[in-house]
Amino acid sequence: MDKIWNLTLNSGGKWSGVIGAGKQIRFTALEDGANLSMLLYHARNIAERYNMPDTLKAQHTNHLTKGNVLMSDNGRVLASIIEDDLGWHDTISGYTTRAQTNAKYGVTRYQNIRNDWLRCGEENFTMELVRSGLQKRDLVPNVNLFSKVTCDKSGQMHFHEDHCQKGASVTLRTDMDILLILSNTPHPLDPKTDYPSVPVRMEVLPGAPVTDNDICVTHCPENLRAFENTWEYQLLALPN
Amino acid sequence: MAVFQEIESPRKAEKAIYNKVIPAGEGWMHELLPGQVLRIVDLEGNQAVDTLFFDAENPEDHYSATATITAQQNIYLTTGTALLSESGKTLLKIVADTCGRHDTLVFACSAQSNTVRYSHDVLPMHNCRDTFMNLLANYGDTRYEKRDLAPNINFFMNVPVSPDGNLEFADGVSAPGRYVEMEALCKTVVLISNCPQLNNPCNAFNPTPIQLLIWDK
Repeated sequence: MDKIWNLTLNSGGKWSGVIGAGKQIRFTALEDGANLSMLLYHARNIAERYNMPDTLKAQHTNHLTKGNVLMSDNGRVLASIIEDDLGWHDTISGYTTRAQTNAKYGVTRYQNIRNDWLRCGEENFTMELVRSGLQKRDLVPNVNLFSKVTCDKSGQMHFHEDHCQKGASVTLRTDMDILLILSNTPHPLDPKTDYPSVPVRMEVLPGAPVTDNDICVTHCPENLRAFENTWEYQLLALPN
Repeated sequence: MAVFQEIESPRKAEKAIYNKVIPAGEGWMHELLPGQVLRIVDLEGNQAVDTLFFDAENPEDHYSATATITAQQNIYLTTGTALLSESGKTLLKIVADTCGRHDTLVFACSAQSNTVRYSHDVLPMHNCRDTFMNLLANYGDTRYEKRDLAPNINFFMNVPVSPDGNLEFADGVSAPGRYVEMEALCKTVVLISNCPQLNNPCNAFNPTPIQLLIWDK
């Protein structure tokens, strides 16, 4: 199917917008070592948002890949991961702050280096939240596409440096109308000292109807019930 | 941080300025002054205590699970852990812990998440997020609203994560009388739900009361 829209997010870039239900969004890393921080809100009821713990505990996992869904705090599916080259995306590590960015990569200012000043997730998210009528109170745990963080038996978190290869892509399907907020900024646990952020391409394509043997619907009984909650919402709230 | 640092508290209950038992299914919302120490006691063992914190001067700066665990690069909490807000401010520090395992990743139960995890039939069952929302609405400060309910800590709850990425609800490792104690480093509002969950082992299928004590600086 032909894409209906695309955008390349450069290093440090940000974007937000409403994407209706039933579309596919394909993200592709244009170099090794990409990290794309992502937040999702229900566009029709902005108090409902992506909830990392509800998502992880229902699916008995601490990371996201094909078959997993991104659940809202109302037990519904905001989006599904329908294709994935990497097998692991992180959602427990948060985003970079201004303080961390300055400490790790050096202080940079627009005055000195114009649009090359180093962006951070905290500010990118804040700007896009405020633009959408939200506030800093709406900052919650995000997804970090393309990154892998494992936890050992003592709970220690380990960032895997060679996880994302150039050309790797992951595709989401929107199951509700979402406000999507993106920050192409480094992963907070990436040890590299030269601002590790590379361009990421985003393409939106038409979606296909969700069938009974959909890989996310059938992934586990919990996902089926989350889809049932979503279909119930659509039945009650949306025009026929 | 977060290899279990078992540290007992030197504080005596007789010297506490506040001492209250919270039954299962109920909650508590209270402001701590800087330097005050809050102890949460698991009176009968293996009771999950869902706890969220706010910067009292700026409530939209809530406790952040991801900022806290990423700063210490460990998903478990114990003595010495700094509990951070979204802006990176240290709200509290854990100063004593006799349990050794607390969860940061699974948040509070809700009617809606219960229908996903168990069955649609459990929609009417009591849950932590309902307790939280009721407390927020009755606190008398309209700066606290639903959007402020960010993922909280579950004290005394055992949710092991395996190196290959699985996450499970396991039997608790806590026991009667175990406690966790934390010192407020700034004026902090504490929101607690004493979890009523009956569908998984977080309360050993038997939700029980907890005790809260506060000492002055």
